[in-house]
Amino acid sequence: MSKPKFAMYWAASCGGCEIAVLNIHEKILDVDANFDVVFWPVAMDAKYKDVEAMEDGSILLTLFNGGIRNDENEHIAHLLRKKSKILVAFGSCACEGCIPGLANFSSITELVDTAFSTITTDNPENIRPQSSYAMPEGIITIPTLNPVLKTLGQVVDVDYYMPGCPPESHQIAAVIDLVIQVLQGKAELPPKGTTIGAGNSTVCDECKRTRNVKTIKEFRRIQFTHTDPELCLLEQGIPCNGVATRSGCDARCPTVGAQCIGCYGPAEGVVDYGARLISAFASVIDSNKPEEIDKILDGLVDPAGQFYRFNLAGSLLRSSKSAQKG
Amino acid sequence: MQRITIDPITRLEGHGKIEIFLNEQGNVTNTYFQIPELRGFERFCVGRPVEEMPLLTNRICGVCPEAHHMAAAKAADAVYHVEVPRTGKMLRELLYSAFYCTDHTTHFYALGGPDFIMGPDAPVAERNILGVIHKVGLEIGGKVIQMRKYGHTVVEIIGGRKVHPCTSIPGGLTKGITEEQRKEIEMMGRWAIEFAQFSLQVFNDIVLGNKTYLDLIVGDVYTHKTYYMGLVDEKNKVNFYDGKVRVVGPDGKEYVKYEPKDYAAHIAEHVEPWTYLKFPYLKNVGWKGFVDGPDSGVYMATPLSRLNAADGMATPLAQAEYEKFYNTLGGKPVHQRLAIHWARLIELLYAAERWVELATDPEITSPDFHAIPTATPTEGVGIVEAPRGTLTHHYWTDERGVVTKVNLIVGTTNNYAPITMSIKKAADSLIKKGNVNEGLLNMVEMAFRAYDPCFGCATHSLPGQMPLEVTIRDAEGNPVNVLKQFCE
Repeated sequence: MSKPKFAMYWAASCGGCEIAVLNIHEKILDVDANFDVVFWPVAMDAKYKDVEAMEDGSILLTLFNGGIRNDENEHIAHLLRKKSKILVAFGSCACEGCIPGLANFSSITELVDTAFSTITTDNPENIRPQSSYAMPEGIITIPTLNPVLKTLGQVVDVDYYMPGCPPESHQIAAVIDLVIQVLQGKAELPPKGTTIGAGNSTVCDECKRTRNVKTIKEFRRIQFTHTDPELCLLEQGIPCNGVATRSGCDARCPTVGAQCIGCYGPAEGVVDYGARLISAFASVIDSNKPEEIDKILDGLVDPAGQFYRFNLAGSLLRSSKSAQKG
Repeated sequence: MQRITIDPITRLEGHGKIEIFLNEQGNVTNTYFQIPELRGFERFCVGRPVEEMPLLTNRICGVCPEAHHMAAAKAADAVYHVEVPRTGKMLRELLYSAFYCTDHTTHFYALGGPDFIMGPDAPVAERNILGVIHKVGLEIGGKVIQMRKYGHTVVEIIGGRKVHPCTSIPGGLTKGITEEQRKEIEMMGRWAIEFAQFSLQVFNDIVLGNKTYLDLIVGDVYTHKTYYMGLVDEKNKVNFYDGKVRVVGPDGKEYVKYEPKDYAAHIAEHVEPWTYLKFPYLKNVGWKGFVDGPDSGVYMATPLSRLNAADGMATPLAQAEYEKFYNTLGGKPVHQRLAIHWARLIELLYAAERWVELATDPEITSPDFHAIPTATPTEGVGIVEAPRGTLTHHYWTDERGVVTKVNLIVGTTNNYAPITMSIKKAADSLIKKGNVNEGLLNMVEMAFRAYDPCFGCATHSLPGQMPLEVTIRDAEGNPVNVLKQFCE
């Protein structure tokens, strides 16, 4: 009997998701033993035509990482949706846009103009890359950028979401175990739309730092602070996002004295991450005086980035007006 | 006119794509190497607090986030005019040395190495890490996995996470290490030195001991006489984390040595309308197109460049290998691109030795790992050697330390012009009268695989065979032949 088919694809991403999968070490052999890997550009021959030739729904499981930045990404998303029984938005980019989603604060004209006018750019003719360009020998083409970066779920129907930048390797291993058990009839798949490979609470719930009375008189920036290694970072005034962020990473960053920056996305049941975090921060401010509150809030130097760092593309806002205009 | 499209060679920023045009006689007229994606970091990092740059720019590359983390942290130190305490610097460099060992190991055993260990003519199915295991012995697979694990363990101990480390901040780090952790790191480093020596021995036995392979390395197909760039310490020895940028000419003599902050006086980036990536070159030599020689500003930044640009290695075992390298290949500089693979192993040994040096420094466990900045933030440049080339981050901020402008010249980007030239030269030399065969595929692949380009799976993959497809089209664009190469 032939083995079920497995695929993994990267759209606009950094490659960290692939490294996280490789970091499951010997567990990767379980994937090989239980699946026929039919499409995985990082690890094997990547031919779109082979995928196009497959029957619809013939790939059992596809892990799709990266956001949808250009027309090629979007084309492959549609193709893999059609060919896959189970499509997983794998990692922060596919789930909610991640750091590249911060591009949605700008128009693509601004993005390209900036890159092609830096101080070291020698560009007297003010050239911009063209999706189709006629050279003496013939026309050569490159993909066209979309006006805004989209999440996978904004482009196609997604079965499961696996958050994290990148997903932690122990979570990846656990999900692979689960799918193998399902194949062996020993477990059932969770309901469609479920977030997998993560917890259902918050990073704060996983964090081992001590929490006392969570109130603050000021926000402090990490470079100006020798933080207490035992005490909650938010209580020390560090704008740590753990309170709004989904658990699953073992509170990795706060454990080493760095604030949670929110890479696991909104906690279970949170509709808009930024709104949730704003209310959480507001609730710890120890003041009733408007002027004093304003002063405390001035300590957050980049509210847009603070509240929508990883999830702008997937948030209710999605993008700024200038980005929508293109 | 015939046209050969190699797509995808995959990518980091999009799928790299090679177009080869043939004339009526079936000989190469031109080649284009296109990078089809842009994410816009230089724009959307504006408005962010500068202390977040080591976290945001990590996400440029999940394969070498450590390099961006370090360049960003150093640029942010410079923005605040803060001097990182000695322990802080050493911890960063220790993390970075362990990362180098992991990175160079992956490339040698899974990507570049198989060409040599198995031979460029070996069946495709054997030209990968599994073939290497069969030829060298089963234990090597375990050693490679162990080296990757050890490297990542150190990154996690110091950097907090295996991918996208999070502990470097302006002025130092958020944490230090304990004596217990130090011992573990030292133990792993000592193992890494043995592993690096073993790897050089493998190279010596299998590659240098085989005349065919050695001829391939010193042959003309893969030779370009360009400038070479690398960071050097105060004694002009190779350093990955800190120092001045030194550039030597095609004659091997120092052309310029500059402080990171002065990079813009020496580097400019050429623009072409058919790709999203720019082509850096030496500003004061000038852009003369995709050509080599002393009058062309094209330079290379790779392990071989770093060795060419330096006077030696700062650790004893690596220095001995450095001398052997130049004695074998006929003195400095070495222009043959395939020698990058050998240079990479010498760097692996240096990184492992440096790892142990730092792990055994009496001050490495000191709690003095962070200096609080006191000056008003302004502007700063941070440069490190990424495994694939000199990596430059330049930030401008307002008086609150909020970023107002960003310039990035990323590792592989330095080599965009030389890679393009290498592809053209290989295609020119190998495609005659329209004859294309599987040998061509691998020979063209080898031309850019030596650079370990971070455009895609060329960098880090299992089992390590780069997917490649060459479509040969007739004048109407109809495919007349398709050649493929698969991984097993």
